[in-house]
Amino acid sequence: MRPRFRAGRLVAVILATIWLVIVIAPLYYMILASFRTQGTYLTASPWLPTGGLSVSSYSTVFGAGLGRYLLNSVILTAACILLTVTISLGAAFRIVRRTSRAVSAAFVVMLFGLAIPVQAIIVPIYVLIYKMHLYDTLFALILVLSAAAIPVSVLIMVSFVRDIPRELIGAMLVDGGNEWTVFRRLIWPLSRPVLATLAIYNGLNVWNNFLLPLVLTQSGNVAVLPLGLTKLEGLYSVNVPAVMAGVLLSVLPLLGLFFVMRRQVMNSLGGIVAR
Amino acid sequence: MAGIGPPMLLFGVFIIVPMIAAVVLSFVRWNGLGTPKWVGGSNWAAFFRDPVARTSVVVTAKVVVLSYVVQTPISIALGLFTAGKQRYRTVYATIFVLPLLMSTAGIALMWESLLDPQFGAFTALARSWHLSFLQQNWLGNPSLALYVVIAIIAWQFIPFHTLLYAVGRRQIPVVLYEAATIDGASPAQLFWRVTLPQLRYTVVTSGILMIVGSLTYFDIIYITTDGGPGYTTRVLSLDMYNAAFVQEQYGYASVLAVILGVIGIAVAVGLVRLTGFASMASQQEGAA
Repeated sequence: MRPRFRAGRLVAVILATIWLVIVIAPLYYMILASFRTQGTYLTASPWLPTGGLSVSSYSTVFGAGLGRYLLNSVILTAACILLTVTISLGAAFRIVRRTSRAVSAAFVVMLFGLAIPVQAIIVPIYVLIYKMHLYDTLFALILVLSAAAIPVSVLIMVSFVRDIPRELIGAMLVDGGNEWTVFRRLIWPLSRPVLATLAIYNGLNVWNNFLLPLVLTQSGNVAVLPLGLTKLEGLYSVNVPAVMAGVLLSVLPLLGLFFVMRRQVMNSLGGIVAR
Repeated sequence: MAGIGPPMLLFGVFIIVPMIAAVVLSFVRWNGLGTPKWVGGSNWAAFFRDPVARTSVVVTAKVVVLSYVVQTPISIALGLFTAGKQRYRTVYATIFVLPLLMSTAGIALMWESLLDPQFGAFTALARSWHLSFLQQNWLGNPSLALYVVIAIIAWQFIPFHTLLYAVGRRQIPVVLYEAATIDGASPAQLFWRVTLPQLRYTVVTSGILMIVGSLTYFDIIYITTDGGPGYTTRVLSLDMYNAAFVQEQYGYASVLAVILGVIGIAVAVGLVRLTGFASMASQQEGAA
């Protein structure tokens, strides 16, 4: 290898390491701060693990209802994943089989939906949910967040189902299978990896969504984690360690998932648009 | 099998209907109670007269342009770096993804306390290393707050775009590099003549996501500065949120919503045109 390449590589490693520090430093700060008490947070260094560590913040946030927020987030995310993944797979199969002109038209309408930022329709959504007597329920969030996830889910599923060779489907139909057999015996087993991708991508979006819970719910017993964290901050504005402990606990489930299936998560996040 | 019905129903009721409703609402005066009153174009006229709205447009434009300018080169550089096959680069790539796992609310709260002018981590550094420029009221200083917010947004989103560029880079056929190297191309030439042109779809996709994303950006600004100090970080989506859910002027809020929506759609239609999603050609068909 020529020296010029090697120098370039060194610069690249140095720059990447700078970014590494930029990523890690705030996370490290947060972890350390979460192990302080209100008193030691004010006196000890925010960068060095000296001056007394404690887990009291963690019990504080669980006492303040973090467990409830966590449960709500799990319910909401699981329900949204289940709903979007099943219905978008079914729809994608229909769209690719082009059973009618109406189906193709529906697909174009959904593609159009990719472009609509949820901020632009949040006011009517609020009014609608209010009129449906669903304000301040998890069910409202399930419906709206699933609806918002449909365009991207259907698009990904369509581009996947389309790559399944037509001859395979044709052969099954010739052998006396109906559409349902094709779906159950061919499409469903083949699409499981894509379904995992979609589930991860949508799940992350739902888990972290802030605006919709902010607008569509208000009481603590239906608050999901991101909203609950800001409620914690309102409650403990002077107790930074408790807020940091809350933030950290809210990332832990995802972090656990991430380390169990790192490759899948990264492929899913990066591949969702590249597909 | 249910097919296209259920998603269309869900999508129709909660996305299409609100979209139409937003346009209609922009022509009425309504506080959420009582009957909406038709006022024609007066909400729209109010928008063009409102100095706060004008400020919001400028602040939003700054957020969009600066986010793009800051995030794109860093994401490309890190994406190319993490696309490498060496083991240590996988470790880097894994750590780079971490911010993506955090909720925006979590990121906002973390930075808010880190940047605290009295007890924050920068202030501590300023004291122990005698670097007084690090002691700032980062989120409270009118001439700093917007740039700090843009930096936090970059911290949140660069990981995602880095992943996109890494995926894009791995899809470039190795033969292109081999051929160019045999022809005597320098590393810089490899980048400008092979890598960048081959990444054009990623550049477009990532760019549009960045633009639409920062155009409608809300969460971090709402939590950290709530538009302040003064109106220095008041973006359009925050203006809309306040009009609707603080002042309960649903009509005027809908004007802002429609403006956001129209710009978002215009940008995304550009995406569809440029990347050929609309042609419904799959990756495999396209590659053949």
